[in-house]
Amino acid sequence: MTHPMVPRLWWITRRRRETHDTFTVELKPSNGSSEFRFAPGQFNMLYIWGAGEVAISISGDPNAPGSLIHTIRSVGAVTRLMQKLKSGDEVGVRGPFGSCWPIEQAVSGDVIFVAGGVGLAPLRPAIYHVLAQRKRYQRVVLLYGTRAPADILYARELERWRARFDAQVRVTVDHAAGGWMGSVGVVTHLIARARFDPARTTAMICGPEVMMRFTAMELEKRGVPAKNMHISMERNMKCALGLCGHCQYGPSFICKDGPVFSYERLKPLLAIREV
Amino acid sequence: METETLEGILAEHPFAKGLKDDYVQLMMGCASNVRFEAGQFIFHGGEDANQFYLIRDGKVSLEVFAAQRGPLTILTLEGGDVLGWSWLFPPYRWKFDARALERTRALGLDATCLRTKCEADHDLGYELLKRFVLVVEQRLQAARFQLLNVYS
Repeated sequence: MTHPMVPRLWWITRRRRETHDTFTVELKPSNGSSEFRFAPGQFNMLYIWGAGEVAISISGDPNAPGSLIHTIRSVGAVTRLMQKLKSGDEVGVRGPFGSCWPIEQAVSGDVIFVAGGVGLAPLRPAIYHVLAQRKRYQRVVLLYGTRAPADILYARELERWRARFDAQVRVTVDHAAGGWMGSVGVVTHLIARARFDPARTTAMICGPEVMMRFTAMELEKRGVPAKNMHISMERNMKCALGLCGHCQYGPSFICKDGPVFSYERLKPLLAIREV
Repeated sequence: METETLEGILAEHPFAKGLKDDYVQLMMGCASNVRFEAGQFIFHGGEDANQFYLIRDGKVSLEVFAAQRGPLTILTLEGGDVLGWSWLFPPYRWKFDARALERTRALGLDATCLRTKCEADHDLGYELLKRFVLVVEQRLQAARFQLLNVYS
């Protein structure tokens, strides 16, 4: 077994532009091994030789472990270089790391996914799983908000999900010019319009921290218990093993104890600036 | 075939949820069913705010027209939402344009009629104002959230 600090070599087999600053890469292991098992919500450390390593959530289908898929937003030095990678290029991969979305805990109840911006990517494996095992869940709701129509991630997939008769899928943007016939407004506004049984709902929320806080508050107002809400946190991760302390968040390490946390656990910390 | 009464529609709208029967009756006296086709303007900024609307279904875009940029959508409203609060405050004129994005059904409430009833019955006025303040609070929070540009 490879030491968790040692990256394994993977080749990029496919690269797709999602939005002006976001792209998706599909990877295959260079040693020919065929499967990469992970749980929805987990992340990998992706390494560009000579540039550095970044934590990126896995955004592919957990039931199709033949390839590894990451959706990446180009925001820093390493991810900007990653945006230039093409098929055949090589990256280092360590992982999978971290906790996962409570997809088993959610069985038999309603499930609501609330995603903001690129936060849809870490939720996508859980959405794939729930839709693949649709009969095990009651109502399924996906609420997605982003900045503008051009920033909508996985637009075709959202259309496909919305066309299903067994899921409520709603998309909204914060700003829109003429020509956009969809919803305009913040994602929290969609919560009042969704149909679900609050007491029997598991909520999985991913997006900017402010958006997650407001979403959790709105869901609480609807009656969803804090213990049934889960959020995915992001901090500067280095070792991904809970050793270096870079991603310490109060008494927890985001890389080891998270990134997915129960909202009930983090709620007291989210309002503290110093944490 | 079951016929929906104006009273039933009003009482079931989230805005009027829990409102005393007497107040529902008073409001009903100022209400009428209205329908807008896709693309139809409900009001334009600058016009007199003679009505407000409790949207039953459909979708309405609240927008402002900017030279060289065209119409900019501020917010879209759907079934269960309230459209318009400019009727509450002088000079009672709309600030933005409202346009139906799809066929929209709503209850239109006559502003002069309702203001007169609120002046005559301050309990009704206070009850309605509390409900409008909640709408304003939610829209203000949303506007602040939008200003934060959290997805940038």
